[in-house]
Amino acid sequence: MYEQIKGLKELPTDEPLSPGHRLCPGCGASVVVRQVLLAAPKDTIVANATGCLEVSTALFPYSAWNRPWIHSAFENAAAVASGIESGLKALERRGEAKQHPIVVFGGDGGTYDIGFQALSGAMERGHRFLYVCYDNEAYMNTGIQRSGGTPMGAWTTTTQVGSARGGKVEAKKDLISIVVAHRVPYAATASISHWKDLMTKVRKALSKDGPTFLHVMAPCTRGWRFDSAKTIRMARLAVETRFFPLYEVEDGMYRLTFPVPSPKPVEEYLKLQGRYSHLFLPQNLSELETIKNGVTNNYRRLEKLSQITAQTLAPEAQPTVAR
Amino acid sequence: MTLAQTVRIAALQGDEAVAEAVRQCDVDVVAAYPITPQTIIVEKLAEFVADGRFGGEFVPVESEHSALSACVGASATGARVFTATSSQGLAYMHEMLYNASGMRFPIVMAVANRALSAPLVLNADHSDMMGSRDCGWIQVYAENVEEIYDRTIQLFKLSEDPRVMLPSALNFEGFILSHDKERVRLLDEAPIRSFLGRPRPKYRLDPDAPLTFGAIATPDTYYEFRAQQSEAMRTALDVFEEVERDFERLSGRRYGAVDAYNTDKADRIMVINGSAGGTMRAAARALNAAGENVGVLAIKLYRPFPVDKILSHLSDCKTVITMDRSISLGAQSGPISEDIKSALLGAGMNKRVMSVIYGIGGRDMLIDDGKKIFGMAKEGLQFGQGSIMYGVKG
Repeated sequence: MYEQIKGLKELPTDEPLSPGHRLCPGCGASVVVRQVLLAAPKDTIVANATGCLEVSTALFPYSAWNRPWIHSAFENAAAVASGIESGLKALERRGEAKQHPIVVFGGDGGTYDIGFQALSGAMERGHRFLYVCYDNEAYMNTGIQRSGGTPMGAWTTTTQVGSARGGKVEAKKDLISIVVAHRVPYAATASISHWKDLMTKVRKALSKDGPTFLHVMAPCTRGWRFDSAKTIRMARLAVETRFFPLYEVEDGMYRLTFPVPSPKPVEEYLKLQGRYSHLFLPQNLSELETIKNGVTNNYRRLEKLSQITAQTLAPEAQPTVAR
Repeated sequence: MTLAQTVRIAALQGDEAVAEAVRQCDVDVVAAYPITPQTIIVEKLAEFVADGRFGGEFVPVESEHSALSACVGASATGARVFTATSSQGLAYMHEMLYNASGMRFPIVMAVANRALSAPLVLNADHSDMMGSRDCGWIQVYAENVEEIYDRTIQLFKLSEDPRVMLPSALNFEGFILSHDKERVRLLDEAPIRSFLGRPRPKYRLDPDAPLTFGAIATPDTYYEFRAQQSEAMRTALDVFEEVERDFERLSGRRYGAVDAYNTDKADRIMVINGSAGGTMRAAARALNAAGENVGVLAIKLYRPFPVDKILSHLSDCKTVITMDRSISLGAQSGPISEDIKSALLGAGMNKRVMSVIYGIGGRDMLIDDGKKIFGMAKEGLQFGQGSIMYGVKG
């Protein structure tokens, strides 16, 4: 079981991630970490993939982490977590250690792309951990290169805007669908603008005996080209325009946790970001239309999935890899 | 000598001997991915798991990269950790080899040596481990199945020593040793476990005392991390001797960092590692019985390199024959030859050195081959004159 969070006063006062780290002002990733770890028990162990978050919070001899924390490489955070889980299990049997909740943080590059195999393997093996993908939609740490998580149309340093083509041509990978295909007991999207929703999802995920997954939008002021004071606003607009719907998949059952019956125009979200500015030129209007249709269709798909799975799946009907 | 225990005789393949030792060593986590010719190790361990004879966690990962990554995570909890691989698998782990040693995790790995693709081949040479030679792992080459068994036990002790805290790779040639069934004198479990004790790492992932593992360094700090590893490697040379001494009390068996045959009198000494060491000793014995005077120096501990021990055996001979079961393409000779030449030069010993490459991709190396090579060394190449590719066709 897990406890739902109702108000700010319920949050612990200890800081899992100390101030003084080197993340950019207005960085979404640090907010993701704080919200996740404030919702998680204090004895949580953290594994971190290489990326902005890792390089900016653990510059030897300093560390911002008030939790046991390990970084090994870019593509292996989920594999490292499966080792931690197995090590603690074996040691617990000997009475030499106890098991603890394990939270993994990986960026979109470390999750959608290079770390995907390790994540898939660890989920299939059923290790108990919560994997949090903080998605800033490009390789921000190396200088804003496109990833499998970069949305269609976005400018990056490897999807440049020129006379021959403009921004990323391909669609963003549907990460949650791939995760759900592993039949994990819990997967959800979350946004730092909807912190109660996010924290409840963290607690729900950690209550499951098996691999769980949280896909959190982490706006990047440098890569998306927006005012660093507007990070939370960007995250909120992504939800309110249906660009990034908030939903969960629990034992196969889809549910929109923050339905958006009357969405704001997608342009409101896109226009605030320099990476999309070319979409508003007259010659790119059809591309803008494609993006908007994609947003509408995705939301409809989720509504349908919620209806279908509610009708056809009792919670216990869907086998999961929980052990 | 009165031994601490009785022994049990068994006929085991090299891979089986590793698995048996791992079971007896009370390992907490095994994370491994199957690759020929290492597979018997993981199959045997899975059998132990199924029979309830292995008390640890067996993590059947989806790749070698994840195998070593899971070992890193498990080792960070303070657990005793083991993995095994070969060839392409070791190459796939390459990044993580440096990571594991840089984070000072005392992981033990069995490497059933196999040549690298392309072209793909399943048989033995040392180019897999030699390609990862500088990765900061202790590297031992075994010569027979009983040594494989003994070294597996020894390496947990050596790696986990607080003065060392470096991972170890136990090398033995694929098929030649991994699948070869030999007589092994198995030791009892209890004395092995008291010989090893439990791992007691100073640092571990512990919520009561949160620590940061795997921080990022700068040019101001990185060098010192590497210097500390280098120091630990030097210390490992001494600790290796202690471990061997203590293991001898347990088993009555001692191998040394090098194994010397007739090196004090020989005019030609062959320096070699791996399974062919025994074959070459047989060749040398046959030649000496016919009135020649040759010796064999088998390198057992390759990293850290026991340079003083090696030089002490080479001081009196005229010719050194270096034997490499791997090719450093574009170099003058193989890695062992380069090591030996640099050791000789550093000590001011001007010897005739004949560098030989042999057994690549599993090409056989028999007693007659050894005799031929000793014969060729009567003439021999000089320092820096390249290598003989022994046994290559055409």
